[in-house]
Amino acid sequence: MSFPLLTVTAALPAVGAIATAAVPAAGRVAAKWLALAVSLATLVLAGVVFARFDPGGDRYQLTESHAWIADFGVRYELGVDGIGAALIGLTALLIPFIVLAGWRDADVPDAEAGDTRGRRWRPTQGFFALILMVEAMVIISFAATDVFLFYIFFEAMLIPMYFLIGGFGDRAHASSEDEAAKQRSYAAVKFLLYNLAGGLIMLAAVVGLYAATADQLGEGTFSLARIAEARASGELELATNTERLLFLGFFLAFAVKAPLWPLHTWLPNAMGESTAPVAVLITAVVDKVGTFAMLRFCLGLFPEASSWATPVILVLAVISVIYGALLAIAQRDIKRLIAYASISHFGFIVMGIFAMTSQGQSGATLYMVNHGISTAALLLVAGFLISRRGSRLIADYGGVQKVAPVLAGTFLVGGLATLSLPGLAPFVSEFLVLVGTFSRYPVIGIVATLGIVLAALYVLVLYQRTMTGPLKAGLEKMPDLRLRELAVAGPLIALLLFLGFYPKPLTDVVNPAVEHTLSDVEKTDPKPDVPVTAHDAEAAK
Amino acid sequence: MENLIGLLVAAPLLGAAVLLCGGKRLDRAGHWLGTALAAASFVIGVVLFADMLGRDGEERALHSHVFSWIPVEGFQADVAFQLDQLSMTFVLLISGVGTLIHLYSVGYMEHDARRRRFFGYLNLFLAAMLLLVLADNYLLLYAGWEGVGLASYLLIGFWQHKPSAATAAKKAFIVNRVGDMGLSIAIMLMFTTFGTFAFEPVLAGAGETSEGMLTAIGLMLLLAACGKSAQVPLQSWLGDAMEGPTPVSALIHAATMVTAGVYLITRSGAVFNGAPDAQLVVTIVGAVTLIFGAIVGCAKDDIKKALAGSTMSQIGYMVLAAGLGPIGYVFAIMHLVTHGFFKAGLFLGAGSVMHGMNDEVDMRKYGGLRKYMPVTFVTFGLGYLAIIGFPGLSGFWSKDKIIEAAFAKGGTEGWILGGVALLGAAITAYYMTRVMLMTFFGEPRWKRDASGAVAGASPQRPDVEPVAENAADADTAHPATGAAAEPHPHESPKSMTIPMIVLAFGSVFAGGLFSLNSSFVHWLEPVTGHDHGHSPLSAAAVTSATVVVLLTGVALAWAQYGRRPVPVLAPRGSLLTRAARRDLLQDDFNHVALVKPGEYLTRGLVYVDAKAVDGAVNGTAAAFGGLSGRMRKVQNGFVRSYAVSMFGGTAVLIAATLLMRAV
Repeated sequence: MSFPLLTVTAALPAVGAIATAAVPAAGRVAAKWLALAVSLATLVLAGVVFARFDPGGDRYQLTESHAWIADFGVRYELGVDGIGAALIGLTALLIPFIVLAGWRDADVPDAEAGDTRGRRWRPTQGFFALILMVEAMVIISFAATDVFLFYIFFEAMLIPMYFLIGGFGDRAHASSEDEAAKQRSYAAVKFLLYNLAGGLIMLAAVVGLYAATADQLGEGTFSLARIAEARASGELELATNTERLLFLGFFLAFAVKAPLWPLHTWLPNAMGESTAPVAVLITAVVDKVGTFAMLRFCLGLFPEASSWATPVILVLAVISVIYGALLAIAQRDIKRLIAYASISHFGFIVMGIFAMTSQGQSGATLYMVNHGISTAALLLVAGFLISRRGSRLIADYGGVQKVAPVLAGTFLVGGLATLSLPGLAPFVSEFLVLVGTFSRYPVIGIVATLGIVLAALYVLVLYQRTMTGPLKAGLEKMPDLRLRELAVAGPLIALLLFLGFYPKPLTDVVNPAVEHTLSDVEKTDPKPDVPVTAHDAEAAK
Repeated sequence: MENLIGLLVAAPLLGAAVLLCGGKRLDRAGHWLGTALAAASFVIGVVLFADMLGRDGEERALHSHVFSWIPVEGFQADVAFQLDQLSMTFVLLISGVGTLIHLYSVGYMEHDARRRRFFGYLNLFLAAMLLLVLADNYLLLYAGWEGVGLASYLLIGFWQHKPSAATAAKKAFIVNRVGDMGLSIAIMLMFTTFGTFAFEPVLAGAGETSEGMLTAIGLMLLLAACGKSAQVPLQSWLGDAMEGPTPVSALIHAATMVTAGVYLITRSGAVFNGAPDAQLVVTIVGAVTLIFGAIVGCAKDDIKKALAGSTMSQIGYMVLAAGLGPIGYVFAIMHLVTHGFFKAGLFLGAGSVMHGMNDEVDMRKYGGLRKYMPVTFVTFGLGYLAIIGFPGLSGFWSKDKIIEAAFAKGGTEGWILGGVALLGAAITAYYMTRVMLMTFFGEPRWKRDASGAVAGASPQRPDVEPVAENAADADTAHPATGAAAEPHPHESPKSMTIPMIVLAFGSVFAGGLFSLNSSFVHWLEPVTGHDHGHSPLSAAAVTSATVVVLLTGVALAWAQYGRRPVPVLAPRGSLLTRAARRDLLQDDFNHVALVKPGEYLTRGLVYVDAKAVDGAVNGTAAAFGGLSGRMRKVQNGFVRSYAVSMFGGTAVLIAATLLMRAV
């Protein structure tokens, strides 16, 4: 029995969350430092996971397997492939930045806290505890190789997210306090209902899967490994319609979370109303569970149904790409603009997954990581900007580069990453997704390429309106980035540059996992029309 | 030697990193650091050039694999360089002219508080541009391609407090992105066809694929070239790009970056050679643009915009030549190099004039400046003679060859293209003579009368208000611009005149040197191939015709601007003149055809998203669980209890499952 590294990696933030929540009201600064320390320690553990993962080894590594609910075939099974390892790394990487960026977001002015202060009203502690709790659940979701285990945490993370969205709103709102509270509550409930509805449909499919395995294998199971083995040996054969229905049940839940057009409308509300760090948590971390699960569960469990549904899903994905970008162009609210940009990017990810090519799926996995980092950079800096002026409206800004050049510069780099400029990480993934899609579905690939023009529009228009031109009245005193804020933006930008020039550490880990996934769905890459053989290439040199 | 290639790119890249991240400590010496690193790149280029000359024509290419960039199953993108004669030509042009312009900027930007950043951006540009011409595969080329786009964006918008500069920068980037889309698609087509996008295998394998595929790839590459090189229909950004500081206009928007499209087409010669239809489109684009730009150049009163029209037109010549195939590649590149000298020189001259004239750009407020700025006058004058193709100067050699090559295309096409090229030469002579006369000859039109107003000018002129380049910025040291101050034209400092003199030498001698024993043809032939074609006209006939049209153009301009005083207020002008002042309505067209419909579309979609999509999804859900009805009650709190009960249900379910274990 080896050291349960994955369990510990997930348990650490969970324990940290409880400890943070338990810090007394007077110790709110200590709670922050505790949360930061826990998130950094988790990052170290995730680094160990990433380092211990051997790209040339088994498909799932660092596995743990224990009987849990024996009568129901549920096992506590963990394991990571390259995709899971990369995403656990992303999650652990982003949380410290989220904590640091949200350092003051939950502080209540002493006057407001009133006489309840010191007894039960401890928003700061709650804020950071909830963030750590989400981290723990997301890590377990990325590591679970038992369908039921995954499902539990996939659903459970809605609870802390609900409170983070509804309880800690953005203070920068145009309307009255009451109106803002209503908006916030609407956003939180909308988030919850969409995701719960998706989750309930998935639950039905999970039960259906259990029934099917129980029926054919004699004992029900949720274990990915067991199901794969049974399917390979012919023990388990799902009827075409059963497989399709089960696939749809899973896929809907993931498509809500991802989010895919037309199930996306909860995202702009949720991201707009929550604080910038929470918005990053939603789009850069939690939503990735959706796209990750498409790769692992939809393609892994239901390969034939996945192929069957591919045309429709690709069309929805390309609609997301274009539609999200067009809506981003029209937004007047900085955070909603970034939310719609994310919808466009999730379209790319889903497209890459269902293109069923090596480049598409490696690109999609890289995209998940890169989108996480680039959105964090852009959105957290936007959050710093918003907190200075107290407004999310683009029209309230102008000429900021004159008073805060570093803020403007980091915002521009975040924006350039969002529009996939070569040299920054997202370019690598976006191009891979486009090539991977194009090689099998040229028309879809070309339509999606329009997205790169639209992305330039929404990013540069945003930059122009907020940062350039004459200084807007009221901004004369705006301070530039502080040290804490620089500590958030700087490393993220460094990472974007590093992974833009040298993504090899990531592709090395991801590529084998993608090969496994492609063999699950029995797909091979399209061959070039005029293959230039290795010999020719050698001769040419 | 191979290892030096990477250093060509690394030196300016290091400069950019240090200058942009270095902070205020570098303010005092940053510009010299930037200039030194640009010069270092040039020196390395010269060393490599000397080394290359030591080998035979076919053996000259060097390769250097640096590292594996994006390794994914079936997809191999490397950071790897290839230095052959074509790349070498560009390396010397880019780093040479680049270094001169760095030097010039030391003086030109002296009073700008953000000079360090300016040099950082210039270094970034050099690195990206060198990457573009040194890449050994299309994806790395694409990285350089977008990199120069970024540098161009940053530099056009360098004075970003001016809304016009910020808008121009954004416009340039977005129009270029449309072209970049073409390059992306071309790379994807190469990947699906050849399984790779490295130059050697793709170009070697081009013969084995269908003409249709080559045509598709060629047209997509052309789209990319149109964006970067400001060719019709993606030309609209170049005029606005003149919002950038003048050294930027000289380096990026005249001498180097805008010629990247010509490089791309020439580099992909094997693709175009197998796709005659694509070649035809290339020549048409070139021919249309060369006339388009020339007409615009005739009507502009802003000296930089007149030169920008001219740049567009001259690149039209290059694109036309590149579209001719092996008859034209060498001459396209030769004109590119000579144009790099004389157009950079002309822009630096224009900058020098503006420097002495309180940043005035309206040529109608110049006049008689030759007495005040002798060095600028002589260097600008030599550049002028070169661009109009005065016999013996650089432009004569390269442009004449292109006109010959166009006739040599043969058939009706040859006559049409040759005719257009000749017509372009006439218009070039006309508009450049106009610039020359309005700026350096005639009566000074910038003297003020007693009331402080410019003699004969009414202060209200809607479309040519003096655009003071950087005077609006309180940080800069041009305190008193405004209408009241009379300019005191003076010669520019040495750091500015020396680059102008060097470029003037290039403008005079480069063409002749290249043509001596056809040395340039022999130099590039191993890479691009060369073919003489069958011209229906003798070389002497073409040359005589060129000289005749040239003199006609000069005479016409002299009749209009030399013989008579130039009015300070632009006359209303003919319909064509007025259209040309508005860049032949390019922006009006784009506005009606793209911008407005786009706005309606996005606004419409916002409505659709809020009402229809959200509503439909909620409605569908309602059919199952009354979700929608409850969503509407969100304000009164019912829905929260609903959510809680849903959650509760799930929790109970899970709890029950867990309990089963205990049972």
